[in-house]
Amino acid sequence: MGGYIAQRIGQALLVILLAYTAVFLAVQALPNDPVTIFLSADSSADPATIAQMKAYYGYDQPLIVQYFTQLGALLTGDLGYSLSSGSAVSTRIGEVIGSTLLLAGSAFALALVLAVALTAAASLSRRPRVRNALLNLPPLMISIPVFWLGLVLLQVLAVQLGVMSLFPDGSFLSLAVPILVLAIHLSAPIAQVLIKSVHEVNTQPFVDVLRAKGASEEWIFYRHTLKNAAPAALSIAGITIGTLLAGSVITETVFARAGLGQLVLQAVTVQDIPLVQGLVLLTAAAFTAVNLLVDLIHPKLDPRIITSHAGSPRALAA
Amino acid sequence: MSLLTERGTPAVELATGSALEPEHGATPKTTLLGWLRNWWVLLPLALLLAWAVLPGLFTGQDPLTGVPQQKLAEPSLAHPFGTDHLGRDVYARVVHGTSQTLMTAGLACLIGSVVGSLLGLLAATAGRFADSVAMRFVDVVLAVPAFLIALILVTATEPGPFSLGLGVGIASIAAFARLVRTEVLRVRSRDFVQAALMSGGGYLTVLRRHIIPHVIGPVLALLAVDLGAAILAISGLGFLGFGSPPPTPEWGLLISEGRQYLTVAWWLTTLPGLVIVAAVMLTAVLGRAINKAFRF
Repeated sequence: MGGYIAQRIGQALLVILLAYTAVFLAVQALPNDPVTIFLSADSSADPATIAQMKAYYGYDQPLIVQYFTQLGALLTGDLGYSLSSGSAVSTRIGEVIGSTLLLAGSAFALALVLAVALTAAASLSRRPRVRNALLNLPPLMISIPVFWLGLVLLQVLAVQLGVMSLFPDGSFLSLAVPILVLAIHLSAPIAQVLIKSVHEVNTQPFVDVLRAKGASEEWIFYRHTLKNAAPAALSIAGITIGTLLAGSVITETVFARAGLGQLVLQAVTVQDIPLVQGLVLLTAAAFTAVNLLVDLIHPKLDPRIITSHAGSPRALAA
Repeated sequence: MSLLTERGTPAVELATGSALEPEHGATPKTTLLGWLRNWWVLLPLALLLAWAVLPGLFTGQDPLTGVPQQKLAEPSLAHPFGTDHLGRDVYARVVHGTSQTLMTAGLACLIGSVVGSLLGLLAATAGRFADSVAMRFVDVVLAVPAFLIALILVTATEPGPFSLGLGVGIASIAAFARLVRTEVLRVRSRDFVQAALMSGGGYLTVLRRHIIPHVIGPVLALLAVDLGAAILAISGLGFLGFGSPPPTPEWGLLISEGRQYLTVAWWLTTLPGLVIVAAVMLTAVLGRAINKAFRF
């Protein structure tokens, strides 16, 4: 068990280091350095100013020095300085991250609830029609663009019915609707995997034994099937973190909420590369951390993972 | 960090929604007649393609210049999707925007499938070291959301269909690499491949005649699904303003422009959005059909 945990943590750190390297190399591969690109929008910038700013931010150093200086700073939590505002990237992210965490966290929790509810309804329904309709819901939910769903809901709720405002005003609906939009988008892949996994568990002999003993369908589902099907859904839930972040950016734009989304858009629009770089690293780290957590919870749900000696702890989760 | 399973990837089944199909016993429907049974998917897809290739056949209206007197008109027989703030026909803009969206999505799929398949093939056949290197690379691509990869490219270069397609394409490399690697590993250990290698077949010959035919089905199915995902990603980025600049009629941009008139004209956002939903669903159903057709 100890070896397994150490191996997982080591791999997670390696992925973050590689992500940092990849982003660093990608920035170097650009035709110009970040300062020149940032100032290119301003035609009056003279070469002396550019050189001075490059020296100030350290972009005139040899590549290898830049690589290790930035890496060292990163280890102390320093993500460099935003070119557009001059303040630290970590400060700018810290200012808005709370709002995004609230949105993304609630949406993620709601997505899990929605996925389980949908699976339970589809598995326990005795009417084939209702069942088929429920089984076809996830593929439909996956095909709906987040921004469109948000706009249609705004159209109906704010314009037609007038029960919510077009801009965030702190009311319950102005927080609940964005969370719901994001959660619907997020729950589709989780529900798909959970439904498939429940279906597979149901074909196993122990379910027949339970039924023969007189257990009700509800008892079998909640007490046995769901428990056995959970690991697969947990894996996919970890992977949806990437989707969650992209979805948050779009949702925040549609509902005019402040947050990381607005910061990303601002950074891209003014071509503030250090800020974009910091946001990408933060996202990669968040994704890796959540998936590390999933890997660590996995053996608790299914102890066979450790003993199977498979390359992946999720070899049994398929 | 292996995010999906080493054996039997659920990725394509997940994506195509074929989760509940029986594993065996389904007769392969590779015949033309079998394909025609899917006419209700193929026909709308053909219509979309026709919109992209020959938009002029389907609408007589100009997508770029409108009639100012008819601005913000509700959907009617003359304007099925209504008109926008400049009096341009929204249906004409959707039809003319198809080629823009499909070409960017197609570019993304092409990059993702070709690079991803080669990487997966390399990982599965070129030894342990190549496998580790390729799969760690895939892990890194997976760790950065597709959306951000596209954003980095757009930041560094200038917004436009090419950088958008490239960014979304790079992000979809990972799925193809994983799928191809798993499938090739599965086939490679089978007796007939060993037999072909032992009877003197070269690497490329065995690959072409014995391995690729077994791998091509899932890859084509993923390709169809990936096209849908790319359309979603590209319209999302277009909505944020990182695609072609206005007045190009791109689907995401259309909705983004319509957003400013949300209070007065519901059709500007709702109707183009329905076209996106339909297009993405069609690719998902197509992926499911391909998956079924190639299952032996």
